[in-house]
Amino acid sequence: MDIRSHEFQPRAVAALRDTSLQQALDKARDGFVAKRAVQVAELSEFEALREAAKTLKDHVLDHLDHYLERYEAAVVAAGGHVHWARDDAEARRIILDICRRVDARTVTKGKSMVSEEIGLNTALIDAGLTLVETDLGEYIIQLAGEAPSHIIAPAVHKTREQVSDLFEQAHGGPRLTEIADLVDAARLALRERYFQADVGITGGNFLIAETGSSLIVTNEGNGDLTQTLARVHIVTAGIERVVPTLDDATLFLRLLARSATGQETETYTTLSTGPKRAADLDGPEEYHVILVDNGRSRMLAGPFREMLRCIRCGACMNHCPVYGAIGGHAYGWVYPGPMGSVLTPLIKGLNAAYDLPNACTLNGRCASVCPVKIPLPDLLRRLRHEQFKQSITPRRKRRALAVWHLLATRPKLYHALERLAARALAAIGARAGRIRRLPGARGWTDGRDLPAPSGRTFLERWQAERGQS
Amino acid sequence: MSSAREDILDAVRRAAGREPLDSPASAALDARIITPVRHLRPAFDEDLTVRFIRKLESRSGTVARVADRAQIPAVVETFRSAHGLAPRAAVGAGLKDLDWPADWTIHYNRAGIEETLSVTPAFAGIAETGTLMLLASPDSPTTHNFVPDNQVVVLETARILRHFEDAWAALRERTGGMPRAVNLVSGPSRTADIEQTIQLGAHGPRRLHVVLVD
Ligand code: SF4
Repeated sequence: MDIRSHEFQPRAVAALRDTSLQQALDKARDGFVAKRAVQVAELSEFEALREAAKTLKDHVLDHLDHYLERYEAAVVAAGGHVHWARDDAEARRIILDICRRVDARTVTKGKSMVSEEIGLNTALIDAGLTLVETDLGEYIIQLAGEAPSHIIAPAVHKTREQVSDLFEQAHGGPRLTEIADLVDAARLALRERYFQADVGITGGNFLIAETGSSLIVTNEGNGDLTQTLARVHIVTAGIERVVPTLDDATLFLRLLARSATGQETETYTTLSTGPKRAADLDGPEEYHVILVDNGRSRMLAGPFREMLRCIRCGACMNHCPVYGAIGGHAYGWVYPGPMGSVLTPLIKGLNAAYDLPNACTLNGRCASVCPVKIPLPDLLRRLRHEQFKQSITPRRKRRALAVWHLLATRPKLYHALERLAARALAAIGARAGRIRRLPGARGWTDGRDLPAPSGRTFLERWQAERGQS
Repeated sequence: MSSAREDILDAVRRAAGREPLDSPASAALDARIITPVRHLRPAFDEDLTVRFIRKLESRSGTVARVADRAQIPAVVETFRSAHGLAPRAAVGAGLKDLDWPADWTIHYNRAGIEETLSVTPAFAGIAETGTLMLLASPDSPTTHNFVPDNQVVVLETARILRHFEDAWAALRERTGGMPRAVNLVSGPSRTADIEQTIQLGAHGPRRLHVVLVD
C-alpha cells in the first residue's frame, strides 16, 4: 500500500468535515471502550496479566533468534515450509512465486495486517490473480477500493447506508438495508470463492515454537474457511510473533480478545500445524509461513524496541481522541492511531510520516490500556526528538522552539511577557468570554474558540492566594 | 548474497548484542519449551459443567444434556426438526457407531458447499470461556466446523476441563502429536463489521448446538 502519511493535515481536516465518517465514528467510539471496560472489570487478574505479558514478550525479544529457529524446525517437522523475507518486496516475491508454481487463479485472504503492510493485494492483482478478501470488513472496503481504517475493524468508517450502496453495485438489487440481510449477502457471495480458491492467505496472531503452529483468531470463521478450503495455505507474520509455548500464547489470548473487541474470547481460535495429513479428509495440500522482518530487526536494536511487544489489539486507537475524531485513513498508511504513529515512521522512515508523532496530545490513554504496556506517548515523544535531531522538523517550528528555549531559560522575561499576553487576550475576549479569531493562531481558532483568560497569570493568582492564607 | 534467513537472524543477534547462544543457554530455553512456564490463570469456583454451559450460552450457543451416547441421534433429530432442516447431515466418523435414523441421508466425508448440518465429536471442553476443542482428523473433519449453517457438537461432560492450559496438557498427552488443525470454538460465527451490530452466521455456522453426554 502506498504511503500518504505526508498528507496527514489535509486528510485530517477533510475527515473532520466528512459527515458519513463522523457518523460512523460516533457509533463505534463508545462501543469499543465500554465493552472493553466491562471485560476488564470482570477479570480481577487483568492487571497482573498485563505485567506478565510484558515480561514474557521482552523475554521472547531477547531470545528471538532461538525461538525463531525452534519454530522453523517444528514447522518443517510437521511438513510445512518456512520462508524468510527481509522486506516487503521480498515477501511479495515469495508469495507470487508460490502462486505461480501452483498455477493459482483465485486467492482468498483472511484479515492480515502484514499482507497490507507488504502491499500484497496490488501485487497479486497486478499478477493477474483474482483476489477475494473474506473478512466482512475487508470485503466491504475491497468493494469500495479502500484501505482498512482500523486494524481490527477495517470498515469501521463505513455507515450501513454506504455498505448498502456498495453491495447493490457489486451484487445487484434489490437494495438491502437490514444488517442481517447485508451479512447474508456477503456470506452467499463468498461461499463459492472459498471452494474455488487455489491459495488461501491468512495472518498469524502467534507462531508457536513448541508445536510449529500458527494461530489465528476470528469471530466470523472466514479465516478458517480460507485456510481449510484452499489447496495451499500461506501464513504471513512478522518475526516478532513467535512465542515459546501454547501456554505462553494463552497468556496473550486472555488479553487480546478483551482489549480488542471487549470479549472474553473471540469465537474462533485456530491452530494450524502443517498441511493435510495422509488420512485427513480436508485441509490444504501445502502449508507455508512467510516470516517478515521489514524493519523489525532494526527496531529491535534501538530505543523503539518496546513497540515490538504489540499484539495488534487496536485498544490504543479505540481510546485515542485524535483517532476518534478523524478515523484511520488520515494516518495515510496501514497502521493508524497511536501504534501506527509509532510504527509508520519506523517502517517507512521519519521523513515519510512527519506529522504522525506530532498529531498526539500525549494524554496517555493509549498507554494506560495497552495490554502489553507499551509506553506509546514516550515513544512518540522520542520520535519527535529524532525528527528534531535529523532536522526533519520544519524550519518554522524549529525557530519557534528556539524562541521558546530562549524565553524558558529566562524566567523574568518569560513572566513579564506572560502577564502582557494574559492582559491583552483578556481585553480582546472581554465581552464574549471567548476569542473567535486571533491573528497568528488561526490553526487553533479556525476549528474552535479560544477561551478568554481572566487577565491574570497563574503565578500571579498563586502568589495572591498564598499571600491570603 | 547471504540468505534472508541468515541476514534476519544475524540482525536479531546484533540487536541483542551477542553471538548465537551457546549450548547451555540454548538448552535452558529448550527446557522452557518442554516444560512450559505456568502463567497466572483466571480463578473461579464455579462447577466446571455449569460454567461451561453458562459461558457458551452467553455467546448464543445452545446445550442439551443426555445420559448416554445412544440418545445423541434423538437430540440431533429434535434440533433438526425444530429448525426445519432437511434430514441429511455430514457426520464425523467418530460417531459412526450411533444408530442414526434410517430415513436420513448421512455421510462421513468432508462438508461440501451445500451442507446444512454437521454432527461432530469434540476432544474437550474448556470451562473458563465455554469453549469447544475440536481436532482435525478423519473422525472430525475441519470443514464440519465451518461450512454448514448448523453444527451439532458432541462432548462428554467428563471432558470439560478448567483452563486452556489443561486442554494443552491433554493435547500433549495424546498420541500422534499435534493435529493439523485445533479449532477452539466458543459459539456460532458472528460479525460486528457493520455498525458494530452483532450478527450471527457471518461465514461459519449460524447455530451451534452442543450435546453433553454425562
Ligand atoms: S500498541 Fe498496545 S494497545 Fe495498541 S494495538 Fe499494540 S498492543 Fe494493542
